[in-house]
Amino acid sequence: MPDSASGMHKPHGAGASRASFKFCFAFAHVNRLNLALLPTYTTHTRSIALQVIVQDDGRSVFRGARAQERASSTVPAASLRTGCLKIILRNTREGEGRDVQGSEGQRCEEEGPFDNQVSMLNRCQGKYMVTLIEGDGIGPEISQSVKDIFSAASAPIKWESVDVTPTLKDGKTVIPDAAIASVTRNSIALKGPLATPVGKGHVSLNLTLRRTFGLFANVRPCKSIQGYKTPYDNVDTVLIRENTEGEYSGIEHVVVDGVVQSIKLITREASERVLRYAFQYARDVGRNKVRAVHKATIMKMSDGLFLSCARKISKEFPDVEFDAELLDNACLKIVSDPTPYNDKVLVMPNLYGDILSDMCAGLIGGLGLTPSGNISKDVAIFEAVHGSAPDIAGKALANPTALLLSSIMMLQHMGLYEHAEKIQNAIFKVLAEGKTITGDLGGKAKTHEYADAVIKAL
Amino acid sequence: MFSRSSQRATQAMLRSSQSQCRTNPSMAARSYATVNADIFKPTKFGGKYTVTLIPGDGIGAEVSESVKTIFRADNVPVEWEQVDVSGVDTGNKHSEELFRESIASLKRNKLGLKGILHTPVERSGHQSFNVALRQELDIYASIVLIKNIPGYETRHKNVDLCIIRENTEGEYSGLEHQSVPGVVESLKIITRAKSERIAKFAFSFALANNRRKVTCIHKANIMKLADGLFRNTVKKVGEEYPTIETNDMIVDNASMQCVSRPQQFDVMVMPNLYGGILSNIGAGLVGGPGIVPGCNMGREVAVFEPGCRHVGLDIKGKDQANPTALILSGSMMLRHLGLDDHANRISKAVYDVIAENKTRTRDMGGNATTHEFTRAILDKMETL
Repeated sequence: MPDSASGMHKPHGAGASRASFKFCFAFAHVNRLNLALLPTYTTHTRSIALQVIVQDDGRSVFRGARAQERASSTVPAASLRTGCLKIILRNTREGEGRDVQGSEGQRCEEEGPFDNQVSMLNRCQGKYMVTLIEGDGIGPEISQSVKDIFSAASAPIKWESVDVTPTLKDGKTVIPDAAIASVTRNSIALKGPLATPVGKGHVSLNLTLRRTFGLFANVRPCKSIQGYKTPYDNVDTVLIRENTEGEYSGIEHVVVDGVVQSIKLITREASERVLRYAFQYARDVGRNKVRAVHKATIMKMSDGLFLSCARKISKEFPDVEFDAELLDNACLKIVSDPTPYNDKVLVMPNLYGDILSDMCAGLIGGLGLTPSGNISKDVAIFEAVHGSAPDIAGKALANPTALLLSSIMMLQHMGLYEHAEKIQNAIFKVLAEGKTITGDLGGKAKTHEYADAVIKAL
Repeated sequence: MFSRSSQRATQAMLRSSQSQCRTNPSMAARSYATVNADIFKPTKFGGKYTVTLIPGDGIGAEVSESVKTIFRADNVPVEWEQVDVSGVDTGNKHSEELFRESIASLKRNKLGLKGILHTPVERSGHQSFNVALRQELDIYASIVLIKNIPGYETRHKNVDLCIIRENTEGEYSGLEHQSVPGVVESLKIITRAKSERIAKFAFSFALANNRRKVTCIHKANIMKLADGLFRNTVKKVGEEYPTIETNDMIVDNASMQCVSRPQQFDVMVMPNLYGGILSNIGAGLVGGPGIVPGCNMGREVAVFEPGCRHVGLDIKGKDQANPTALILSGSMMLRHLGLDDHANRISKAVYDVIAENKTRTRDMGGNATTHEFTRAILDKMETL
């Protein structure tokens, strides 16, 4: 156990907490999925979190991948007690996949700080398994581009394609068990656009996926792309949206004919969860400012709860600056001049996040150029948020950039920074040259020609 | 005494003259045609209208001073009935009384010019006076005009859209409760009656102002019942207006389109919260909250206020505020009263001063104070 770690911790000491607890530390290979060390696609710093595990007997125990849930659930509690969860930034060798280690009863004192690498990533023949949901419409084409580019870049990813065509089970929209099993096993998925069947009583598939895996946070970075001119330059916003409740709780009813109540649900649990993630994320990507966007002047209780949770969580992260902004002001200011938001992470409830994230995408040229990541406790699903565009499906006109950028976010999430950077540079180079770009960006290239250009640029 | 046939002929003539009136763009554009029945007419004594003035918090006092000066200089036949209600919690017990008084005054005069009242964020604080006022007076339709001011360059050109927003229900219903600690429900109420009312308003507004298209903004893919009701109602009302194109758009897409291609929009109609979001996005497109006029219309009362409702507490008392929004709202009010000459002179002076780019307030990239800007408008009015 490194001295620095215990040294860091001492000031807060066990004295402040209940006497029966002792603290024990281990550097775990970050439980990324929980602590959510998800850098934007521009960050190259590798983050390693110090995981604090509280046990009555003073022993810190890793119980392998399955125990992660327990381990991670103790982190917030521990960080509350100690006042702060220390994070150490280190550059380590990239691309070193770790198999699930950590067995029953390992004592952390017996381990070197970086040996006890617990990861939930599923590895097979030296490659990471990633579930691929190709999607509908243009989905298969753009997924093919991603696959081609990844194999050309020799990224250590093995795709496992699954079908998520929904079925009705006990009157509920569900996705097939095989798909659920695959995502749970691999814990990482990449997803193309899905079309929601209209008028069949299906809940939207995206919503179903969100509920199935408990994807509580949606991360939406928007960065200006060189070579595609919009009225706004130097946009670089990051927005985190609560994804499970709020206005999208789905609780609605007709009171009498012509009068509808729709319930916006805000809970402390979900608010704290997404806020804690936002602060953690901000710290990890080095944007040391978090801003909560709310409308608590009007919705004093619901948005008020979100705001008070934000204020509370911000105390757990004294190194991250926190402030709050009224929704109206945020809209106005981002549209007037988005550059002051370049060093901030915005976090907000569901509907506001939905609207603002798309608006930010509009600043840089639309949903065809923005990646997105959905985070839950155990899995992360990266997706292209644009539609499935059935009208141009199969015509090789689609622009795979959004899915590619999402896949880069995915690589960074998995710690494969070298590959991420390599592919990202190639994409940006092709886009900046503007010779082989697809029709939506004003070019004439086909989907595969664009992919070939990216491969060449690798 | 008219014979039966001549009666019919007269009626036909009357009808044709009315329809001519409607289709004639110059007529329609010039008059708001909102004051016609005597019972709805605002207070008027000896040829002068009495109008309630609520300066509001923040920059309100400064910008309404500017409006008063300009109106006086142009000899506008308006008497102000000023109510200094404030939403800032000063420990003054009278704020509630003043609020009551402002409502009584507006009910009496049926016409008001209003700045924005501050609303505290704290849970213990009072309910928003702005929202309470709108609900109490049932001024259900908020109109926000988003248009580029000639000579003032922003990122987007040729923006000319109009946001019509339901003002009295939706997310601002104010119905919230805590089911158990840590779980809060906030009710969004959408009714067919109010949706129909706002839709009718939007379409008649489009017709009267020679607009071509009404876009309904909603989130019916998620809130299938609530926003679904709103969307279907607007669609149904739209069928009664065959000359106006009707379409609909999901709110997140609309905000994205707004920042990338705002020229595609004409009149937009939407529930409460989306209106707040889109009017702010819109204001951002054309140059900020200082230049966007607006008004709230009910069946009997009309309250004119800056379209993008910002209090501006941060620049309060610094003589930096841009009075353009309130002046233009004021000239909208004059058109509403049929005082078009005054309205045109005042708004032309404002536009000319901005276009000349010699005297502009800080938010428009100049360094003039509110007083200097007002002075420039007064000077310009002398020459018109």
